[in-house]
Amino acid sequence: MQLGVDVGGTNTDAALVGNGGVIASIKTPTTPDVGSGILEAIRKLLGDRGGFGDHICTVVVGTTQFTNAFVERKRLNKVGVIRLCLPAASDLAPMPGWPEVLRQCVGDCVHLVPGGYEFDGREISPFDEGRVLDAVRSIKASGLRAVAISSVCSPINAEMEHRTAEIVSSEIPDAAITMSSDIGRIGLIERENATIMNASLAELSGHVVQAIREALQSLAIAAPFYLSQNDGTLMQADFAERYPVLTFSSGPTNSMRGAAYLSGVKNGIVVDIGGTTTDVGALVEGYPRESSVPVDIGGVRTNFRMPDVVAVGLGGGSIVTNGQQLSIGPASVGYRLTKEARVFGGETLTATDIVVAAGIQDIGDRSRVRRLKPKLIDTALRLMNTMVEHAIDTVKTSAGDVPVVLVGGGAILVSDKLRGAERIVVPRHSGEANAIGAAMAQVGGVVDRVFRYSEIAREEAVNLAKSEAIRRVIKAGGEEAGVEVVEFEEIPLAYSSNDSVRVRVKAVSDLRTQSSGYLDSQRRRIN
Amino acid sequence: MRLEIQDLPDFVRGAALLGAGGGGDPYIGHLMLQQQLAKGCELDIRSVHDLEDDAFVSSVACMGAPTVMTEKLPSIDALSLALRTLEKRVGREVSAIIPLEIGGINATVPLVLAAHLDLPVIDADGMGRAFPEIQMVTFGVYGCPMSPVVVTNERHDVVIVESDDNKQGEDLARSVVTQMGGMAHIALYPMSGRDVKRTCVPDTLGLALQIGRSIGAARSSDVDPFTSLFATLGNCEPKRDCGVLFDGKVVDLTRDTRGGFNIGFIKLRGLTGGGSDFEVRYQNEYTVALKDGKIRAVVPDIISVLDRETAEPVTAEQVKYGQRVKVIGITVPRVMTMPEALATFGPAAFSISAEYRPFPSFCG
Repeated sequence: MQLGVDVGGTNTDAALVGNGGVIASIKTPTTPDVGSGILEAIRKLLGDRGGFGDHICTVVVGTTQFTNAFVERKRLNKVGVIRLCLPAASDLAPMPGWPEVLRQCVGDCVHLVPGGYEFDGREISPFDEGRVLDAVRSIKASGLRAVAISSVCSPINAEMEHRTAEIVSSEIPDAAITMSSDIGRIGLIERENATIMNASLAELSGHVVQAIREALQSLAIAAPFYLSQNDGTLMQADFAERYPVLTFSSGPTNSMRGAAYLSGVKNGIVVDIGGTTTDVGALVEGYPRESSVPVDIGGVRTNFRMPDVVAVGLGGGSIVTNGQQLSIGPASVGYRLTKEARVFGGETLTATDIVVAAGIQDIGDRSRVRRLKPKLIDTALRLMNTMVEHAIDTVKTSAGDVPVVLVGGGAILVSDKLRGAERIVVPRHSGEANAIGAAMAQVGGVVDRVFRYSEIAREEAVNLAKSEAIRRVIKAGGEEAGVEVVEFEEIPLAYSSNDSVRVRVKAVSDLRTQSSGYLDSQRRRIN
Repeated sequence: MRLEIQDLPDFVRGAALLGAGGGGDPYIGHLMLQQQLAKGCELDIRSVHDLEDDAFVSSVACMGAPTVMTEKLPSIDALSLALRTLEKRVGREVSAIIPLEIGGINATVPLVLAAHLDLPVIDADGMGRAFPEIQMVTFGVYGCPMSPVVVTNERHDVVIVESDDNKQGEDLARSVVTQMGGMAHIALYPMSGRDVKRTCVPDTLGLALQIGRSIGAARSSDVDPFTSLFATLGNCEPKRDCGVLFDGKVVDLTRDTRGGFNIGFIKLRGLTGGGSDFEVRYQNEYTVALKDGKIRAVVPDIISVLDRETAEPVTAEQVKYGQRVKVIGITVPRVMTMPEALATFGPAAFSISAEYRPFPSFCG
């Protein structure tokens, strides 16, 4: 069976999934050190089922820690940036169009040096070891150890980035290096953005991944541990530690996959209401619809594959302001909800207080919201519904009503009637849909190979690459039925010969679930 | 016409749509222009109708494969060098810059240089869209020579091409561009104000802004962006015919960077995987759209691929496998469909054996 954990900004959720169903799920508050929250969640989840520890075959952790750190501009480390490009690509320095505050967090230790390649493979300028060394020493002198390296046309030839990385390693032995050729595709600015973002998370990713590792060790869970990526596939923990940027947006992907699984709805809208925001996305055949336009994260343009999600500033902790006009969010008390909300003895009026006052939910001390005017309660409830309805309408692909799946801890905020919803489904375990989605993360198989179309016909080469990617998925534990090619890219490499083409294919599939007699008997007992 | 920092997202979106999939990544042009305006440079965009007959005007642009531009990025120095060299060659200083094309990056590159040099820009262009070659320009169609064409790169290499024949000028400049790594900076078509008024496609910068705004405003007010876009195009002067040619997902695509062009095709199927086969071919720009092998739209009509939910234009190098898109057609003004115009940038110029017809007449 799989153990899924979702570490959000407000809550850490854990779920045990196996043999065609959810065995148990639990929600606990996220802790500042991440690790003790995970420990607490898994302990509570396993409870008296201590024996389950040995039967867990994979642990998948989804986390929005890295996205949040970037969006909130907190816990980022400064980065030394080296771009190999001169005399080309000098009119847009690295980080163009980034919000000014974010640039200040990441620092402006930027060095443009000679180098990079033409599209046909010729060097724009020869590699200039002296200039690179100067740049590296200046980064070292600034006390930085996170370094981002980019070069013009590095997806075609990564050699100069590698040579630069070697120099960085020898000058700054404990440097955390990110090379753009490992991260992205053609398109210097977007690729370099993601590279710098990744480098700015180097320290945090070390702490977070180590905290998860230690938590699992202290629970004596020996199963391999993965993190979920933005496209919903797994990556090994060591890899994730080096490439935290690849976890961006895994939260919405996990909650939508979890929602599809729990509700059985394959085509519809998922509304995930958390503590601070509501994410609304569309399901197409059980998968999140992907954004087809470049996605901005924290105001920075990237070219990752990501779900197309509309985020609204509405959650259980959203602050209700009763000025000239009533407004809700985007400010939220977040994880301080259980201290600051009125029903929990605090002084801040939150969205949760409204639903308690309306008698929809009975949590905390209801008497503390008894004095709220019925008109205010009514207006606030209607406003919350309208906010969600607007988001649903934006995400919908057709004019007709569609099924809506409500998940997340804040699902209580909206009524059982929403405009645009054919029906509303609130499945069991819906509060932990993202942990369940993480547990069900998919296996990916990538083929990245150079073909010569003079030796092998394009169609044959493409088919070969696709079937190899599919074979790798199955070998890595993916289900044979339902395996699908999700990415396909050809980059002509005119430099090596006229007909060399780099073909990149990614296939994905669900993780094969192992049946276990032990599990069956346990399930019967639990249910 | 005014263009401020806050208008840039709408302007580049409109330019990308008119760019018919080519003309380079509009985002890069957006960033460069934003950088100029943030520095305090100002844009002075003037109506072509206010241009003095004896004014002296020239075009500047980036030439080459759009994919290369996303890696090497345009250089303001190289653009400036091209224009200054042209002025020296002709012996006269320009009083304004006119965009060569209102598509993608080349809609913003002239604005970037004009802001940098503090020169006015004429609200008009020579293509009414984007085209892959520099003789496919109304200035040339109606008798203006493109030469001298000054080609420069970031190393400050300068090549001046002089030819009486505009197509020959393109071929010579193109081989220089290839040698310069697949992209270069050019200044060309030195013209009098009188010639500009006689040969240009007028008011296209304003049109790009209007188009971008119609999509942006629809999104933030819950109106279908396609409905809003088509209403805008139907009401502009001259009125355009427009409509959806296909709605589906990308099932195959090829991409090649050859001889200084991006060349390839995109194949689409219906969202459920069944139905008709739809294909869009491109040479930098989308040139022809075929449904089950039959032409549905062809140059010079504008074929654009848009995200099917948001109506955001998707350039040929941004198209991804599995992407869900709508392909739309837009007709072009008369100055672009006269016999001499079709001889320069009609189907035959792209080796497509078909007569041009406005796309609505291909339907059925």
